[in-house]
Amino acid sequence: MNMPFYVAPEQLMKDRADFAQKGIARGRSLAAVEFADGMLLCAENPSRNLRKVSEIYDRIAFAGVGRYNEYDQLRIAGIRHADIKGYTYSRDDVDSQALANQYAQMLGQIFTHETKPLEVEILVASVGFDTSGDRLFHIRYDGSVSDEDGFAVLGGEAEAIRERLGASYAAGMALDGALQAAVSALAGDDRSLSSGELEVAVLDRLDGGRCFRRLENGEIDELLA
Amino acid sequence: MVSAKYDGGVIIAGDRRATSGNLISHRNMKKVFPADRWSGVAIAGAAGPALEMVKVFQLQLEHYEKVEGHPLSLEGKANQLSQMLRGNLPAAMQGLVVVPIFAGFDRRRNYGRLFAYDVTGGRYEEEDFVASGSGSLFARTVIKMGHRDDLSQGDAVDLMIRALFAAADDDSATGGPDSMRGIYPIVATISADGYQELDESDVAGRFERVLAEFSDQQNATATGGQA
Repeated sequence: MNMPFYVAPEQLMKDRADFAQKGIARGRSLAAVEFADGMLLCAENPSRNLRKVSEIYDRIAFAGVGRYNEYDQLRIAGIRHADIKGYTYSRDDVDSQALANQYAQMLGQIFTHETKPLEVEILVASVGFDTSGDRLFHIRYDGSVSDEDGFAVLGGEAEAIRERLGASYAAGMALDGALQAAVSALAGDDRSLSSGELEVAVLDRLDGGRCFRRLENGEIDELLA
Repeated sequence: MVSAKYDGGVIIAGDRRATSGNLISHRNMKKVFPADRWSGVAIAGAAGPALEMVKVFQLQLEHYEKVEGHPLSLEGKANQLSQMLRGNLPAAMQGLVVVPIFAGFDRRRNYGRLFAYDVTGGRYEEEDFVASGSGSLFARTVIKMGHRDDLSQGDAVDLMIRALFAAADDDSATGGPDSMRGIYPIVATISADGYQELDESDVAGRFERVLAEFSDQQNATATGGQA
C-alpha cells in the first residue's frame, strides 16, 4: 500500500498561502478611498473590458485583484446573493457586512479544502447615508477579513501604496482630491498614470437608488487636472 | 381584526371568537401576536394554518436577526409574510384561507406602518387603517368615522374598542366583550417602545365605558330625548 508523505499542516497552509500571494503579486493594484460624497474605487487597469471594479447592489460595490476568472466568479456570486436577498426581503436589507461574511466563508472553504486556493483579494465597499455608514471590507485569499477605515489597498505592492496613500489621505476630502491621492499612490514616485490606464468608479452618496457610477476618461482627466 | 395608525405608532386588535359553522368552537382564541419586538400580526381565516403561519413567521424573524446580527427592515418582514401566504395558495384554493394584517414600527423611518394582504400573497400598505375578517365591514365603518392622523394612543385604543364592539354587535362570528367569563379582545400598541399588549383590566374598563355610552344612546332614542 502506498503511504503519502507526511506534511505538517503548518507547512501545507504556508505553501498554499505562498502560492496565492505569488499569484496576487503578479497583478496590478487598486485603491478605495472614502470621500465626502461617497466612495472612490480606483484601479490600475489598461483594459476597458476586463473590469476589476463593479456594482453589486444599490449602495455596494466590488473590487478584485489577482486572477480575473476567479474574482469574476466571486463577483457574480455576490450579485446573486444581493439580488436574491433584496427580492426575498427588501432592498434595505442588503448589506455589505453579510456579503463580506459570505465571501469570507467561500474563500476560507476553498483555501482549506480545495487543491488550489483562489489567487485573489477582494474588496466590498458600501456607502451609508452619511460617512459613519461607510464600510470597507478587505477579504484575502484565505478568507480572513479586515474592516478598513478611510481607505484600502489591494494587490501586488499594497504595502508601499498603502504607505503613500496614508500620507496623502484626509477624512472628508472632495472627489478630485481623493482621486489625485489614489492615482499618485498607485503610480508611485517615478511613474505617472493617465486616464487610459485607470479604471475609476464611485458610489455616490445618494438618498436612494443605485449609487454606483463609472467615471469616463474625460471626467477622470478633469478631476486629475 | 382591526389595525390603525395613531400619533406615535400603530395599534392592532382582535376579538377572541373561533367558529365551526354555526357553533362557537373557542371563546378565548388569541388572534393577535407579536411577530418580534417591533411588529405584530393579526390573523383571520382558518385557525390551524393561520396559527402555524404565525409560528413560522416569528421563527423566521428571530432566526434572521440572530444570523445577521440585526433585524429585518419592516418592509422585509412584510414581504416575508407575503411569500408565506403565496405558499399557502394551494391550501387556500381548497378553502383553508388565511388573511393576516401586519403592523409594525419602522425604526429606520421612525413611524408606524401597516399592511393588508390577500390570499395570493398580495401585499398592500395602508395609509391609515385596515380591518379584516368576518366583521370587518362594520368595524371598518366605525374606524372610518372616527380616525384622524393625530389620534392619541388612548383615543386610538377607544376607537378600536368601538369598532370591535360594532362588529360583534352585528356579526355572529365576531366575539364581543364577555364579562361573565372575563374574556376581552386583545389590543396591542406598537410604537418606538415596541410591541405592548394592553392589560385585560384596562380593556375591560374601556369596554364598560363604551357599553354605558351605547346604552345611554339607546335609552335616549327610545324615549325620543336628545337628538
